[in-house]
Amino acid sequence: MLVITSIARAQDEYVRVVIDDPFIELHSGPGRGYPVFYIGERGEEVEVLKRRTEWFQIRVERDVEGWVHLEQLQRTFDLEGEAFDIPGLALGDYRDRRWEVGTLYGDFGGANVISAYGAFALTENLSLELGLAQVLGRFSDSQMYSINVMHLMFPEKRWSPFFTLGTGSINTKPKATLVDTLDRRDSFALAGFGVRTYLTRRFVFRTEYKTYVTFTSRDDNEEIREWKAGFSFFF
Amino acid sequence: MESRFLVLLLAATLSLSLSGCGRRSIVQAENDQPVPVIEPEVERRVIDPAEIDTEDFEVGLFAGQMSVEDFGVNTVSGLRFAYHITEGFFVELAGGQTTTELTSFERLSGAAQLLTDPQRDYSYYNLSMGYNLFPGESFIGRNRALNTAFYIIAGVGKTTFAGDDRFTVNFGAGMRFLPLDWLAVHVDVRDHILDVDLLGQEKTVNNLEAHVGLTFFF
Repeated sequence: MLVITSIARAQDEYVRVVIDDPFIELHSGPGRGYPVFYIGERGEEVEVLKRRTEWFQIRVERDVEGWVHLEQLQRTFDLEGEAFDIPGLALGDYRDRRWEVGTLYGDFGGANVISAYGAFALTENLSLELGLAQVLGRFSDSQMYSINVMHLMFPEKRWSPFFTLGTGSINTKPKATLVDTLDRRDSFALAGFGVRTYLTRRFVFRTEYKTYVTFTSRDDNEEIREWKAGFSFFF
Repeated sequence: MESRFLVLLLAATLSLSLSGCGRRSIVQAENDQPVPVIEPEVERRVIDPAEIDTEDFEVGLFAGQMSVEDFGVNTVSGLRFAYHITEGFFVELAGGQTTTELTSFERLSGAAQLLTDPQRDYSYYNLSMGYNLFPGESFIGRNRALNTAFYIIAGVGKTTFAGDDRFTVNFGAGMRFLPLDWLAVHVDVRDHILDVDLLGQEKTVNNLEAHVGLTFFF
């Protein structure tokens, strides 16, 4: 008796839903290429074990486990008869995002640049971004750290232009094959604009142009132009 | 003066305790209300889809052989971290390192060494985008099938070699075998393309790498 109750409790930990489609197809793996090997019927109660991308591993009443696509799982009801709503899939979730991470690649004054950033949405429009970039040039390499504020013009739209302002520090190391050069650390201010578009799920495409003004230890300031494109994920 | 304070204090304590009593009597009154005859047996269960465990991340190790142009074929090992965005696309952050051997020139000439020992260490990291081109099942024998996926992958990154950092483009293909839902074995072939100017003249090199990896989904 005790064993039975403990099993029941373990099963209770999973989300349970009732199939509303005439049937659902259980695939052997989380993807289009994995064959259907079992069918669950309407009215059957299933447990949702885990999720991978758009696929959910479920256990049907006869203890058969398989993967179903989210479109089919959306046509199920919870035990109260309410439609089962899965978040993280729509434009609405993009609007409600709090955190975001992304990577971009592009050109920084003629050199290659790879960058990563993390952002926190302060309001619908304003985000605070922390960036880290590696510049790999012909004659020197640099690391950049930046903090900037990003203003999204139309946060409710799929497409939106944005503006950004920020500051940071750049650490430049000349190539080892060049002689008599020293590492430099300079601070900079940046301004830029770009376009972001919500693609699907947690996925955002972003392209941007920035101008950096580097306050060098020499008399004149240096101006560097940068363009980049990349992807980010929000959660 | 002191006694006046004492009186004030007593008054405050009394009023507090009285108001406390009052609250208790209200609670008592609420409890006295008739209990519903039929208690609903089933608790209302609110489903939170966020409770479903998502396993979109993959982390693991790999080891194999890497050919570094002019510097021999050497054992490479590294770490891999991936995030599966959709059933097709994934992003991967990988880093590896190997120690290169002497070039043929260095061996033949005897004394002349092109690089110091720390400069001989070759390390790289890259950020790549992959696509599961051929997902499917592969059979071992008649009855046992493994979930597999053949993927193509390309990305950019940095290579540190001979005391310099170099921008590197990588591309390749791999096969992922899943003996369990959360465990994957990778077989992967990559080409790392970068420019080096080690021997005075800049040239583009192709460093080929083949490795086997083990990753866990979480």
